[in-house]
Amino acid sequence: MQAPPLEISELGYSYGRHEAIRDVSLSARPGTVHAVLGPNGAGKSTTIACAVGLLRPDRGTVRIFGADPVSDHTCTAGVTGVMLQDGGLPMASRPLQALEHLARMYRDPLPVGEIAERLGITGFSRRTIRRLSGGQRQRVGLAAALIGRPRLVFLDEPTAGLDPQASLVVREVIGELRADGVAVVLTTHDIDDAQQLADHVTIIDHGVVIAAGTPAGLMDAEEGSQTLCLRSCRTPSPELLRRLARFGAVSISGEETTIIGNFGPRELAAVTAALAEHDASVLEFALHGRTLNDVFLDLTGRELR
Amino acid sequence: MTHREDAAMTQRGEAAGAPAVRSHAAPAVRSQAAPAVRRVLAQASFEARAILRNGEQLLLSLILPVIVLFGLSLTGVLEAIGTPVDADSRIAVATAGVLGLALASTAFTGQAIATGFDRRYGVLRQLATTPLGTTGLLWGKLIAVVVVVAVQFAVIGTLAALLGFAAPVAFGALAATAVLGTAVMLTWGLLMAGTLRAEATLALANLVWVLMASVGGILFAHAGLWGAILAWTPFGALGNGMRAAVVAGSWDPFALLVMAAWTVLGVLLARRWFDFDGK
Repeated sequence: MQAPPLEISELGYSYGRHEAIRDVSLSARPGTVHAVLGPNGAGKSTTIACAVGLLRPDRGTVRIFGADPVSDHTCTAGVTGVMLQDGGLPMASRPLQALEHLARMYRDPLPVGEIAERLGITGFSRRTIRRLSGGQRQRVGLAAALIGRPRLVFLDEPTAGLDPQASLVVREVIGELRADGVAVVLTTHDIDDAQQLADHVTIIDHGVVIAAGTPAGLMDAEEGSQTLCLRSCRTPSPELLRRLARFGAVSISGEETTIIGNFGPRELAAVTAALAEHDASVLEFALHGRTLNDVFLDLTGRELR
Repeated sequence: MTHREDAAMTQRGEAAGAPAVRSHAAPAVRSQAAPAVRRVLAQASFEARAILRNGEQLLLSLILPVIVLFGLSLTGVLEAIGTPVDADSRIAVATAGVLGLALASTAFTGQAIATGFDRRYGVLRQLATTPLGTTGLLWGKLIAVVVVVAVQFAVIGTLAALLGFAAPVAFGALAATAVLGTAVMLTWGLLMAGTLRAEATLALANLVWVLMASVGGILFAHAGLWGAILAWTPFGALGNGMRAAVVAGSWDPFALLVMAAWTVLGVLLARRWFDFDGK
């Protein structure tokens, strides 16, 4: 059996005394998209830096198609495409020059014109990279990651700063990569992106994996798969809150009360009856399925870091 | 049955006899990297073109040295600052100094600044994730700098000849000094670029250039204690080595030894401290 595109096990890395990640394990399969999520400073970038061989891990192992990205760098880098945040492209070059240069590092690269056309780079190919907008640089960076026909791709915030049209193209390209059997590892803050694109999600916080699974699996957590939001003029009375707590986990944030649970017609009728009995003046009453964003905030907390 | 088919049969027979279980997965994919030589030459040509296209670098590495060559050859500046030259040796002393200065401009100042900003913008990091890798990147830079230094030497040598240069050059000593000078200047330039912020590198590399040119012993020799101290520095040794090869037509083994020692020290420090990630 062929070794998986990416296998990270029990990875640990410290910057001096600061332990950035510990015990991080994840893997990527061919033809799947694996999203790595986490708040700022959670350890996502350190994990990716170890995975592509930029950092030598203190503990644990990384294998790319069975090979070590540090000691067997040429081999692993030849089948891996990496898109860094904010480009990493030579500022004084024009986009096509930079891509042609990177293409020379590979045995059988994609034709530069083809990838430039696909990502809409030809429209601004006469300007130097220094003069491109953030979104245009992002697209050149994505092209740089794909130029060597990789079988494993790391994309760091690929849709950050893109206009809606460009993000649509990037999402399509990610879909095409998956259809071609490429393993895609995506780090992102855009949890909607992850929910739409990912087959598998790993959430990292404070350097450890706190949840992993399919988006559907994560959203279908034990405590319930729906969120009921109530907005009212005044805070519900303790007695009402006790009644509402029978339907699920209750939390209050400002004038909004949230209950995570499973709400069938009977539960909804009981909730509205309780509200009527306590004469709660409700401004808004909304029921929706739990999103990956809800799961993420529940796991990592709502306060700013 | 041909011999080759026979061999193939034997191999299949062995495979059938032993169960096809692999004890470990590697190597699971064929390398998609271009051959190492092609990667390094691609990087070298990209870097060399970047240096020759960059106006500020060109000013520092060619235009200023040429101005200095004319200034020192055609005026009495060297005599005025107490350098023992006569009308015959003045052009030779000026040429030796300007070759050293041009080399230091490209290998030290130019590369420190360019690499410092490449590091800041993540260019080093991006290249390190390609099959080029960090080792290929450094070889590419070294070759690019050697090529640019060769171009500088050709231009400066031609102009010096036109000015009437006629000293007995020791070409072997000149080549050895140029190679070791490039190595030591590039190593220390990269060390600076890989450890300091880009702006700090920009300021410091330019400051060092001015000091090397004025009181650093590259352009002209210094007498007394200061001259003796400079002989132990990489820039002083570069100046002494160039003057020995170009003015006296001889070798300066001590200068070569000093430059080699500083290179080794620089490489050791760079291996420990160079950080490809400038964020």
